[in-house]
This record gives sequence, C-alpha cells and structure tokens, in this order.
Amino acid sequence: MTVKQKKNKDRKVNAYLYLIPCLAVFGVFLFYPFFKTIYLSLYKTNKLGQAKLFVGLDNYISLFTSESFYNSMWVTLVFVVIVVVGSMALGLLGAVLCSKAFPGIRVFSTSYALPMAVASSSGAMIFKIILNPTIGIVNKLLNVSINWVADPKYALVCVAVLTAWLNSGINFLYFSAGLGNIDETIYERASVDGANGVQKFFRLTLPGLSPIMFYTLVVNIIQAFQSFGQVKILTQGGPGESTNLIVYSIYRDAFFNYRFGNAAAQSVVLFLIVMALTLVMFRLEKKGVKY
Amino acid sequence: MSTAENAISQGKIYSSEELEELHRSMNARAKRKKQVRTVCLMAVNLVVCLFILFPLLYTVSVAFMPSGELYTMEMNLIPSHPTLENFKQAIEKIPLMRFVLNSFLIAGCITIGQIITCSFAAFAFSFLNFKGKNVLFMIVMATMMVPGEATIISNYLTVSSWKLLDTYIVLILPYLTSAMGIFLFRQFYMTFPISLYESAKLDGCGNLRFIIKILLPLTKSAIGAMAVYTFINAWNMYMWPLLVTGSDDKRTVQIGISMLNSVDAQSITQMLAGVVLIILPSISIFIVGQKQLIKGMFSGAVKG
Repeated sequence: MTVKQKKNKDRKVNAYLYLIPCLAVFGVFLFYPFFKTIYLSLYKTNKLGQAKLFVGLDNYISLFTSESFYNSMWVTLVFVVIVVVGSMALGLLGAVLCSKAFPGIRVFSTSYALPMAVASSSGAMIFKIILNPTIGIVNKLLNVSINWVADPKYALVCVAVLTAWLNSGINFLYFSAGLGNIDETIYERASVDGANGVQKFFRLTLPGLSPIMFYTLVVNIIQAFQSFGQVKILTQGGPGESTNLIVYSIYRDAFFNYRFGNAAAQSVVLFLIVMALTLVMFRLEKKGVKY
Repeated sequence: MSTAENAISQGKIYSSEELEELHRSMNARAKRKKQVRTVCLMAVNLVVCLFILFPLLYTVSVAFMPSGELYTMEMNLIPSHPTLENFKQAIEKIPLMRFVLNSFLIAGCITIGQIITCSFAAFAFSFLNFKGKNVLFMIVMATMMVPGEATIISNYLTVSSWKLLDTYIVLILPYLTSAMGIFLFRQFYMTFPISLYESAKLDGCGNLRFIIKILLPLTKSAIGAMAVYTFINAWNMYMWPLLVTGSDDKRTVQIGISMLNSVDAQSITQMLAGVVLIILPSISIFIVGQKQLIKGMFSGAVKG
C-alpha cells in the first residue's frame, strides 16, 4: 500500500468518525425504537412491555374496530384544523402588522413571537386559571359562568386555542421572513393603480407568501398532531373522551392500561400520518407551489 | 377646502407663488396622512399585542396578587396590594430551585451536545467524500419524518431495561443530535468553497482543527440560532421527562411545576408565581437571542 492510498483510506475512515455521534444517537433512539414499535404492534405484551404473544394484525384490527380510536382520530382532526387555522391566522396578523417600520416595532415583533418560548405545560397551567369557572378572568370579562374545560362542548376548543396561541409565535417568524422576501415595489405600483389595502392583501401579499405558506401549513399540521402536554394538564383527555388526542391516547394506553401492543399500533398510525404529510410537503416543494 | 384645492378644482393657471403654496399644502397633507397612518398602525398593534400577551401579563399580575384578592367576583386585573409572598411560598413548597438547576443542566448539555454532533456530521456531509454519503444523508433527513411521540414507548422500554430511569443521562442522551441542526449547518457549510477546506488541509490543518478554528467561527449565526432554539425546546420538553423521572432530584421545571397544580385558593397564586419563575429563563433567552435566531434560521435555511 502506497502512502497516498493509506492516507486516502484514513481519510475515509475519518469521515465515518465524524458521523458516529449523530448516527449512534439516531440508531439507538430513533431507528431501533422505530422498528421495535412496529414489532411491538404485532404482539400482545405483558405489563413490563415485553412482547409475549404474536398476534399478527390483531392490535390493528381491534384498533380499527374500536369506537374509542375513531373518536380519538376525529377529535385529533378537529383539533388540528382549529389549531392550524388559529395559529396561522395569529401569526399572519402579527406579521402583516409588523411589515412596515414604525416606532416601537421591535417590542411588538418580539411580543408576537414570544409564545414560542412558552412551554406547553406552563401554557396549560396559565389557561387552567384563566378558564377557571369561579375566579377565571375569561368568565369575568365575558360575564358568563361556563366551566370551560369540564364541558365536553368547549374542552376541545379550549385546548385547541391554547395550542394555537403557543404555536403562533413561530408562525409569526415564518410569515415575517416570507413578507420580507416580497418585492416592495409591487405594492407601490399597485397603489399607483389605485388598489386598496384589502385588494393588496389578497392579490399581492397572500400569493407572495405562498412559497412559505405551504411549508408553514405542513409544519403546523405535524406539530399539532404531536400535542400532548396541554391535554395532560388541562383535561386529561376528558371530559368523557372529548379531548383524547392521539398522542394522549397512546400515552394512556401504554402507561395506564399497560396495553403496549395497542399503543404501539397507534404509534405506527401516527407515524404513517406524519410521514404522508412530510412526503406531500417535499413532493410539492420540488414542483414549486404556485397559486 | 383650502384655496389651493379650490384652485385645482377650477382648473386655472397658477403663478409660481400659488404653485409653491400648493406644493407645501400637499406635502403637509401627505405628512399628516402618514402620521395618522402610523398612529393607527401603532394602535392596532397595541391592541393585538395586548391580546396575544394577555395570558402572560395576567399571569404576572396574579403572581403578585395576595391570594385573598383573587377570590372575588369583581374584576381584578391588577393586584391592589402587590406582594412577593407567592414567590416565597412557591419556592418553599417545592424544590423549585433544584428543578431550575436540573433544567439548566439538561438543556445546556443538550444544546452543546447538539451543536457538536450536528457540526461534525454536517462537516462530513459537506467537505468529505466517502462511500454511501448520499444514502446516509437521506437516512438522516428521513428521521424528520418520525415523530418523537411515535417512538417514545419503545424508548421508554429501552432505557428502563438499561436501568437508566431517573438519571440525568436518560434525559440528555436521546436528544443529543437533530436532523434539523445537521441540515441547517450543512446549508451554511455548502456556501463555503471547497478550496477553503483544501487549502487548510495543505497547510497541515487537521479535520478537527478545521472545524474548531475555521468552521465554527464562520458559522456563529447558525450556531446562535441553533443554540437558542434547542435550549428553549429542551427547557420546555414535557413528555419524555414526565415518563422517565420520578424523584425530585432529577425532575425538570416543567414536570416539577405541576406539583403546585392543585385547586385551593392559596395555591393558584403560588402556582402562577412558580410559572413566572420558570418561564423567565426561556423568555429571557428568547428575547436576547431572537435576532440571532431569525438571522440564522431564515438567512439560508427557509427560503420557502
């Protein structure tokens, strides 16, 4: 072996050396559990989560014939719609309001982004007090006496509004970046042509945001699907099962009912949904979305 | 109507003085219009801003409220006798400072760890040639498709079989790398010419030294963005610490704070005082690092 060849080989080994830390973590905490989850979903388990009896697709069959699962999917869907619409609207509102310079803009833009620094659990505790039936400020301001989180009519909306608020901060950043990429001059030209503010918003701003709008939409949907802390603290999936979102349902099946196989099957369903969404995003991004 | 405007509507011919006058009045009007618009914009911003910050502002207000004041049917947005008692009680009731320390330690380790592993991996993916480079990069990127919640049960079973439950290691280890971080760093490294690496190599600069001495200083904004984002997310994580911690010694702030979560009148004000204490670090870091975050995240990575 010549010196050069040896050096070359060293270099190649070296390359893998730099990848080992990241691949090791991914291997142990992502790929291995990923396949293990699929494996578990085909088994009945004992209370320690050890696979005991191969049951094939039984866990999936029981899932797709159980009312609770369909309820959980439906609740999650409604939740995701409210969260995505709410958080994107809030983020867009903030971004549009901060698109032109004015005194104090730094303070306002920081405020609009601020919810992204709030944890889901802290946010949930704040909302718990705000929505309290006797001393809650929301009831006082609206002059009603509604037991928000204990009423199946409102509980899901409450959790969704909280999540929309939490997620609105990052959307503000996305949309602000998107607005920054729109060429200022098209607004001036439109003004000369006599376009009013509303026309400018729908004809220029929204289409100008479309590249980032789609990305933001998918990221928001994926993020909303993964909500957990809010439900755990605010409603525990109740009242009834009205806020039993899919991740909470996984948690409950695994750690309260010890049905790890069933929970694993739900995890696989969650993964398939998120994967499908991600693939759609990449596919459309490659094509380039134009509205 | 001013004389100048009258003049326009009558369509007469102007003297230079009249023109001057017209010019001045139009200018003044445009200026006034702009001022009105700015004031309106600020007013709308103020309203929306108060709306969005309301939960946080109200929390701060209640945290300073004597618990007796909270229990009335009247409006009580602002405490009439502000007190620090709630903060004192919150710290005494639960080992809050211990939780804060734990969270700082864990979030700090995760942040530093991610920066190291991600910059190493991104370096290999952008400057080195090796077999399976593209496949490996695809595999790393594919991890973004796997939601953490979908693997959390298996991860829990793994670490409990390793007898690692309720340790710092178990809270840190699974989060020591991230596909997003690798992607972000690679995006930055790709903007550097390969000759940068080759000339450093010729000068006898090793790979590790190249990363530390050249790449890291050149990508400060990406590192800053990544640090802020990762730290806040680690500080705020909930589900994993909930599953794997059991003792006060290892509990993080987000789990610990729910120990204050009960319903009697006393505890509500204490609970929100506790919430204020644990939100402060993440919000401060966000405010300080916001500029970095935006610069790093949006200058290269997200162009839509």
